[in-house]
Amino acid sequence: MLLIYCPYCEEERSELEFRGAGDAHIARPTNIADISDEEFEEFFFLRDNPKGLIFERWRHIHGCGRFFNAARDTVSDKFKLTYKAGLPKPDLDATTPAAPVETYEATESNAK
Amino acid sequence: MTGANRIPGAGRLTPARTARFTFDGKSYNALEGDTVASALLANGVHLVGRSFKYHRPRGVVSAGPEEPNALIGVERDAARQQPNVRATVQEVFDGMKTISQNRYPSLSFDVGSINNLLSPFFAAGFYYKTFMWPKQAWKHIYEPQIRAAAGLGVSPKEEDPDHYSSRYAHCDVLLIGGGIAGLSAALAAAKTGARVILCDEQPEVGGAMHYDKSVTVDGVDGFTWAQKTAADLAKMSNVTVLTRTTAFGYYAQNFVALVQRVTDHISKPDRRLPRERMWQVRAKRVIIATGAIERHMVFANNDRPGIMQAAAARTYLNHFGVAVGRKVGVYTANDSAYEAAFDLKRAGVTVAAIVDCREKPGEAVLAEARSLGIEVLTGHSVIDTSGKLRVAGMSVARNGSSAKRNIAIDALLTSAGWTPSVHMFSQSRGKVAYDAESGSFLPGVYAQDCLSIGACNGTTDLQATIEEALAAGELMAKASGFEATGKVELQATNAFQWTGGMSGAAEGAGEDTTVKAFIDFQNDVCAKDIRLAVREGMHSIEHIKRFTTNGMATDQGKLSNLHGLAIAAEALGRGIPEVGLTTFRAPYTPVTFGTLISHSRGELFDPTRKTPMHALEEAEGAVFEDVGQWKRAWYYPRAGEDMHQAVNRECRTVRETVGMFDASTLGKIEVVGPDAAAFLNLIYTNSWDTLKPGRTRYGIMLREDGFVYDDGVVGRLAEDRFHVTTTTGGAARVMNHMEDYLQTEFPHLNVWLTSATEQWAVIAVQGPKARDVIAPLVEGIDLSNEAFPHMSVREGKICGVPTRLFRMSFTGEMGFEVNVPADFGPAVWDAIRAEVEKAGGCAYGTEAMHILRAEKGYIIVGQDTDGTVTPDDASLSWAVGKKKPDFVGIRGLKRPDLVRSGRKQLVGLKTKDPNVVLEEGAQIVADPNQPKPMTMLGHVTSSYWSENCGRSIAMALVVDGRAKLGQTLYVPMPDRTIAVEVSEMVFIDKEGVRLNG
Repeated sequence: MLLIYCPYCEEERSELEFRGAGDAHIARPTNIADISDEEFEEFFFLRDNPKGLIFERWRHIHGCGRFFNAARDTVSDKFKLTYKAGLPKPDLDATTPAAPVETYEATESNAK
Repeated sequence: MTGANRIPGAGRLTPARTARFTFDGKSYNALEGDTVASALLANGVHLVGRSFKYHRPRGVVSAGPEEPNALIGVERDAARQQPNVRATVQEVFDGMKTISQNRYPSLSFDVGSINNLLSPFFAAGFYYKTFMWPKQAWKHIYEPQIRAAAGLGVSPKEEDPDHYSSRYAHCDVLLIGGGIAGLSAALAAAKTGARVILCDEQPEVGGAMHYDKSVTVDGVDGFTWAQKTAADLAKMSNVTVLTRTTAFGYYAQNFVALVQRVTDHISKPDRRLPRERMWQVRAKRVIIATGAIERHMVFANNDRPGIMQAAAARTYLNHFGVAVGRKVGVYTANDSAYEAAFDLKRAGVTVAAIVDCREKPGEAVLAEARSLGIEVLTGHSVIDTSGKLRVAGMSVARNGSSAKRNIAIDALLTSAGWTPSVHMFSQSRGKVAYDAESGSFLPGVYAQDCLSIGACNGTTDLQATIEEALAAGELMAKASGFEATGKVELQATNAFQWTGGMSGAAEGAGEDTTVKAFIDFQNDVCAKDIRLAVREGMHSIEHIKRFTTNGMATDQGKLSNLHGLAIAAEALGRGIPEVGLTTFRAPYTPVTFGTLISHSRGELFDPTRKTPMHALEEAEGAVFEDVGQWKRAWYYPRAGEDMHQAVNRECRTVRETVGMFDASTLGKIEVVGPDAAAFLNLIYTNSWDTLKPGRTRYGIMLREDGFVYDDGVVGRLAEDRFHVTTTTGGAARVMNHMEDYLQTEFPHLNVWLTSATEQWAVIAVQGPKARDVIAPLVEGIDLSNEAFPHMSVREGKICGVPTRLFRMSFTGEMGFEVNVPADFGPAVWDAIRAEVEKAGGCAYGTEAMHILRAEKGYIIVGQDTDGTVTPDDASLSWAVGKKKPDFVGIRGLKRPDLVRSGRKQLVGLKTKDPNVVLEEGAQIVADPNQPKPMTMLGHVTSSYWSENCGRSIAMALVVDGRAKLGQTLYVPMPDRTIAVEVSEMVFIDKEGVRLNG
């Protein structure tokens, strides 16, 4: 169970109090009614599934109720940073190596 | 006498304290503190089980949690039966009943052992090939047979009467393992004042001191020192010492799950005590001191009862006072087994020979063996064993020679070396590294704030272990913010430094394909099976593991993993580190479901939500149905009525006179603020600017993709205040959906959202006499059609309490929904109930509500829609604001797939035979004679018997449904095909005159 720092409550709370809410920094176009099918596809359907750093939204639903953003490593599950909704995407060094984890893929790549 | 093999003066148990237990119906004496394994061995019982696949006789292999063979059933009473208990861990209590498993009709004569002779047909992976044909045979022959043969123990049939508890704990330093290393580290950490939790899986701390009698710490016998240290630690206010407590899972951010066995060792436990307690510990720092597990030697027929780990034999002798044999052999690749021979020899047991596959054992142990007069055969191997239900002899040959010598024995102790227990480290996502010198995997790169010490870290020297532990304890306490207040110092001695060790098949395991040299006892995996897997093309250790099932039994390969890996590496012609170890996963040892679910069972499994009027409805005889977590009155049967009759009566009564209904479960959200209308404009498809205070409107909410998400009536109480209702099931997610948009997409809007679902009790009063019913109770609201038309809301009083009174209808009749503060709900219900009675009406439940709304074609989101239905599909285009510049879903609605022709549309269905009621979910086709697969046009979403229509009615999603009005379609069922006519969705009062009363 993860510990998550709520940037509004300003403390670490148990994962039980939170709920994930998908990718962060995907702004709903202000002229959404007029965008093309391709733009809507990009906005609504297409998501990256990165191995490593991801920016995502969480809601402190059983706490203050606020939505906020987080930068998390999808390999180690470690939170690098959480910050308030509306703040710009922080410039994290994305080259930080992921924590070493034994994965099926890693084992497979050895098995030549 | 507590067993013929109990050695007087040996062991640490108290001879006077005895307990009786049974094994397969036969009664035995034991001592308090015995495990089932030690007690059986004391009584000369080595045969305790049958293996999984070949049903070979099996005995006790270990003296700890790694036990693969000695799995038994433990029984207290009919409901308290635990299968697959490791006899080496389960403590004996007086009156306990134990049984062997996986044998028929008896342990010593088991018909299943025919599998042993048929074993050429059961090679590794046989089930992937053997059961492929004929196709039908899988379902009717193979699967039932395999299911019957699968598993070892039998699970109890009755509900578990015990209770389990769970608790959270926080500490600065968690120590996993209470051996010399763990205790030393705990001492150092505790001295700083840090909050320390130390857990150990055994009944008492001491770890390796259970078997190693030669150790002294600060001049005291090692085991005694451990007990005293644990007692001293337990007295400190900042330390918790937990024995019989296994750390079984290591999760993110130093979250470690422990299971404490509270009563499994007690003869007559206090039933107020939980059987087991789960500890969920969040530790700032973790120290892993889990020691090492001795590997067995891999050679032909190494699985006979009486063949066990050398250290296990030492534990049985030095801790339990039990000699595992009278004439024992030792087969080793490692010095540690010599000490087992020394201890047994000194206790008066004959040691037939020490067979050492190495040419050069450690000089110290060799010298000691000579001085004790024990024959040592270096450079020799045990190439086979004999004996039926217990080992009776071993065949020994010089390495490379075929000349063999048979030696009679009644027990054989083996040791291939020690495997550091990196399970917890690996579970913490740390990466292990292969250490060629010791031939073992050791903690490499750490992923969490933890540290491994002692044998699990590859530290074998005793004094070095202590130094490492003391430093780790201090370091981890400091890292948690504490200061050292002086060094702890400890001096320890032991008899011998151990050398040696090997992994993989020893001489005599055989290169051929028939020799059974077991590496995984529990799953009957032999060295040859690993080689077969490699020949079959498995090159990844993960594939080899799954093909052979090596390490996949309940012991998770604690003995077998390294052997399997070494054999695979040899067969693949690669080094062990290149082949790599499979990942260790939780749980370390099996955990009961009871522990995992704790109190979350029965009524505490999930919260039950009841409306304020629940008790009154119950008193009236309502039958309830579950709607999510809610209990809702389903129907109110009267004497002699079945459900059908009651529902018919309720439906008729509402249309003829009046009915009342508990609608409190509807989701309610108060939307307040200067931008409230602007916000609702964005959330709903409808326009809200034009709604005047005092009026209400039916609103549709979409997701961004254009599909219907929820619906409900919204009342405007003031310019800046709306009373929003949602579906019962949608309340929480709609609130979340609104909050999400308000906080993140429309934060410029000045709006406040408050969930009010449980703050309002809601009583719907519906029917021609609805106004007459509430009129005498309402104050301050003109109820006339002119002053209070359909789709209006007023604030006033009812029965003297404040109300938000809605003029609305989900039945098609004139109707009111009385909202009162929840606490007043029962009193107002009672008052309205009395008026309804006077008017000849009744209370109705959710079933009648569903039918009444279907008669009017009102949809239920989630029943008539499924997340792929647009407003137009549901004939609700009128509710979508055409001139609005924006609302959630506005772009989604324009997607090509949503505007194309040929979409499924919601329509009514009438069966040609009015008495036939369709099944909800049934598929609809145009041509019932079309060969399969038929072209499916859609499905039935709602279907009921309508007493008011005198026929069945249904709603359905049908391709181009509105263009098919009047056409005949078909609903094929297993036993017949039902002809239906496509109709409009409104079955009663198409003009809607009844709404106005």
